[in-house]
Amino acid sequence: MTNHKNMKFTLKIWRQKDAKSKGKFVTYKITDISSECSFLEMLDILNEQLINKNEEPVVFDHDCREGICGMCSLYINGRPHGPDDAITTCQLHMRKFRDGDTIVIEPWRARPFPVIRDLMIDRSAFDKIIQEGGFISVNTGGAADANSILISKLPADLSMDAAACIGCGACVATCKNASAMLFVAAKVSHFALLPQGRPEAKERVRRMVAKMDELGFGNCTNTFACEVECPKLISVSNIARMNREFLCAKVG
Amino acid sequence: MNLLIVRMSSIAMKIWMSLLGLFLMVFLLIHLSINLCLLRANPTWFNDAAYFMGTNYVIKVFEVVLFGGFILHILIGIILQIYNWIARPVRYKATSKTYTPFLTKYMIYTGAVVLTFLVIHMFNFYFIKLDWVKSPIPALANGHPDFYTLAAWLFSKPLYSITYIILISGLGFHLYHAFRAALQSLGLNHTKYNCAIEIIGIIYSIVIPLGFIIIPIYFLI
Ligand code: FES
Repeated sequence: MTNHKNMKFTLKIWRQKDAKSKGKFVTYKITDISSECSFLEMLDILNEQLINKNEEPVVFDHDCREGICGMCSLYINGRPHGPDDAITTCQLHMRKFRDGDTIVIEPWRARPFPVIRDLMIDRSAFDKIIQEGGFISVNTGGAADANSILISKLPADLSMDAAACIGCGACVATCKNASAMLFVAAKVSHFALLPQGRPEAKERVRRMVAKMDELGFGNCTNTFACEVECPKLISVSNIARMNREFLCAKVG
Repeated sequence: MNLLIVRMSSIAMKIWMSLLGLFLMVFLLIHLSINLCLLRANPTWFNDAAYFMGTNYVIKVFEVVLFGGFILHILIGIILQIYNWIARPVRYKATSKTYTPFLTKYMIYTGAVVLTFLVIHMFNFYFIKLDWVKSPIPALANGHPDFYTLAAWLFSKPLYSITYIILISGLGFHLYHAFRAALQSLGLNHTKYNCAIEIIGIIYSIVIPLGFIIIPIYFLI
């Protein structure tokens, strides 16, 4: 690793004991962090140091640490997943910062995503939306041959693009209105584009949008910030597709 | 949206918002074409147009639709905005570094500028037509308000003209995001046409306000 260097940072981290208590920012100094260290590893190192000092470690979300589960969150210096494009926080490396930088780390902020503790938030609102129609009902019976329904390349590709959504919530986090339209649109689209998704398409879009509204997400004002911050580059054309689907479901 | 008196989905509200916005954009075009008559030295052009707009029955019906359009567009816009504010009770400490075109984030504020303009405009012209406000300019021989002289008189005051130009620029900033956003809300987004939609929107947002702004400048110089 030729470019490796040791770096130091000032971290301003949101600390909050539980959902009910009032949180505050706490400043930590951290040194000897390798530039090749990932952001979450840097937090692990900080937590080691805190534990050794008999202090409470910082609670943050993570799981796969390879950009596929969508569990890691963090609003870092004004951007969800930090200062890089099309990545999750676990894919962010400290070389993206300058030595001596102050890094402000906040949890996702949205009414439907309450803070559980420190930087960990409750994203079960997304699960509730999925429960409303983010599936296709399959009756039991013999497994159908995968090739019995022919699907042309373009819709198959577009559907796969939409299905790449990992439900991380960066779209909500970055949206000035805390809108979940990109997430719901991705889920609606990946079924709407396939023949298997069509029988329940109207019901699906109606129910998922109603749930999204009920949970208190904001409304889309088409700033397209979500598309910029989506680690999976989900396009806002999916939002337009959901709007079309919704319109058809209502008038048709 | 269960907090609403009338339960309406967020997307349904946005669809209404877009349709009304597009309708108002067409109205602006018609209004501008009439205003441009002010550039003719002969006052009868503008006064005749104003008289036609004020008395024709078809136009009168449209006037009701227009007012309804304005009111609903403003009302739904405010309701949506309130929900948007409520959706994030705790704000971020760090200011957002996500790139978004500047004006897209301020529709409610540019909308407020347009509303301010609308109120002033109603007092200056529309209420005179309705006879709710007395015109500072004597009526024409046929008893109708002399809107040409009234406009010329108002625009000859530098303070009025500058305020007009500033407020109309606010309209331009509002329109900048309007066309693309309206079509997106209606589900019209296609890689092949997005660029054209964006360009049409930007041209409209520049040409329309410029057309309105030429008039005070013409009267000032
Ligand atoms: S931890 Fe799984 S995507 Fe980051």
